[in-house]
Amino acid sequence: MNHLIDIMDLSVEEIDELIATARDIIANPEKYQEKCRYKKLATLFFEPSTRTRLSFEAAMMELGGKVLGFSDAGSSSSSKGESVSDTVAVVSGYADIIAMRHPKEGAPMVASMKSGVPIINAGDGGHNHPTQTLADLLTIKMEKGHFDNLTIGFCGDLKFGRTVHSLVAAMSRYPGVKFVLISPDELKLPSYVKNTYIKDKNIPYVQTNSLDDVIGELDILYMTRVQKERFFNEEDYLRLKDSYILTADKMKNASDDMIVMHPLPRVNEISTDIDSDKRACYFRQTKYGKYMRMALILKLLEVD
Amino acid sequence: MTIDSIVNGVVIDHIKAGKSMEIYNLLNLGELDSQIAIIKNAPSKLMGKKDIIKIASDMELDLKVLGYIDPDITVNTIKNGVLVEKKHLELPDVVNDVIKCKNPRCITTVEQDIHHIFKLTDRANRVYRCLYCEAKAKED
Repeated sequence: MNHLIDIMDLSVEEIDELIATARDIIANPEKYQEKCRYKKLATLFFEPSTRTRLSFEAAMMELGGKVLGFSDAGSSSSSKGESVSDTVAVVSGYADIIAMRHPKEGAPMVASMKSGVPIINAGDGGHNHPTQTLADLLTIKMEKGHFDNLTIGFCGDLKFGRTVHSLVAAMSRYPGVKFVLISPDELKLPSYVKNTYIKDKNIPYVQTNSLDDVIGELDILYMTRVQKERFFNEEDYLRLKDSYILTADKMKNASDDMIVMHPLPRVNEISTDIDSDKRACYFRQTKYGKYMRMALILKLLEVD
Repeated sequence: MTIDSIVNGVVIDHIKAGKSMEIYNLLNLGELDSQIAIIKNAPSKLMGKKDIIKIASDMELDLKVLGYIDPDITVNTIKNGVLVEKKHLELPDVVNDVIKCKNPRCITTVEQDIHHIFKLTDRANRVYRCLYCEAKAKED
C-alpha cells in the first residue's frame, strides 16, 4: 500500500514523475477528466483547513471522481472519542483514497498503519505537510525552470513553519542549492532540521535577522505566516507576529526574476500592493498545488 | 560493603552510576520473586563509579531495553557459580513500548492502544526519535 506521509517518502525520481504528470494535466486537462471515474476521495479534516480541503476536492473532481468527508473534528465521530485508527478503519471501507488533516503530529502515520486504502497526509500539526511541498516544488519548476543552483530565502516563522522544514528537506537533494534563513531568534529553524538537511550535507547557508540585507541575493523568497495556533501562549504570538513584513519598498532591492512564494493564507506579512507584481506567484502556487494533488492521487491509485 | 556472589542468575554490570533504578523499573524487576541486589556507586577502575544489579535467578532480560538505556552495560550470566556468558550490548534500531513520547502535540498522547515506537536516527549521538511525530526521545 502506498501512502504519502512525509515528503521524503518520495524519491527525486518520483517527484520528477509527479511534476511531469502535473505538467501534462495542465497542458491536456481533458485527457484526465475521466481518470478517476467511480473513485471516491475521503477528506478527513480533524482540524479546519478550507484551502487544502478544497484543493483536494477540486483535484478529485477534475479527475472525474467523487468526494466525501468532514471539515472539522466537531462534525466527526472523533468528537465522541473515537480513535484515529478506528475512524480510518471504517472510512477505508467507504473510499478509495483518504486525505487527512489532524492537529496531532503523527496522526496520518497512525492512520496509514490501519488503513486499507492510501493515506495522504494533508497536514499534521506543526509536523509535515507534504502536498504543500509538492505544490512548492511544481511552482519552482514552472517559475524558475530548474531546481539546481538556486538561492532560496525562507522568511518569518522557521521554527513552527512545517512547510519550510519540508521544502528545506526536499530542496537539499538538488546540487548547487543555497539557503538563506531569515527569522527572529525565537523562530529560527530547529537545529535538527538544520543539521540533517543543511549542515550534514555541507550546503552553504546564511542565518540572519534582516530581510533587507539579503533580499538582493535571492532567486526565491519563501514567506511564512507566524501562526497563532502553534504557540502555547498569546504573549509570545503577539510579540512576534509582525516580525517580517514584505512591502513594495523592500521588493525594490530584489532582482527582477526573484519569485515570492507563500503557502497561504497570509495575514499581513505580504502587502497586498505586491500582488500585482509579476514576481509574486503565491496565487499561482495554490493552482499548482491542485495539479500536484491530481498527479499524486493518480499515482497512489495506480491509475495510468 | 560485601554482597555475596550469586550461584545462578544474572549480573548487570557497568551501569552508569545512578541509572540502576531506571533499569530496575524498566525491566519490571520489582515483579520478580527472587533475590535482587542493587549496588549503587560501586568503585570502578574503568568508570570511576558504577551501579550493578545482581539477580539470583535465571531469566531472559530484554537486552534491547538495556541497550537503549546504555549500550556500555554488560550482562553476565552465572551458572553454578561460574561466569558462562558475558554479553556486550548495542543500541537497538527500534525501541518498542519502553518509553513514551513527551511531545504534547504527538498523536500518542491521545490515541488509545497505540505502540510507542522510537527509531534510532543518529547512532553516533545516540538519538532516538518518535516514529510518529519525530520528536527526540530525550531532550538535551
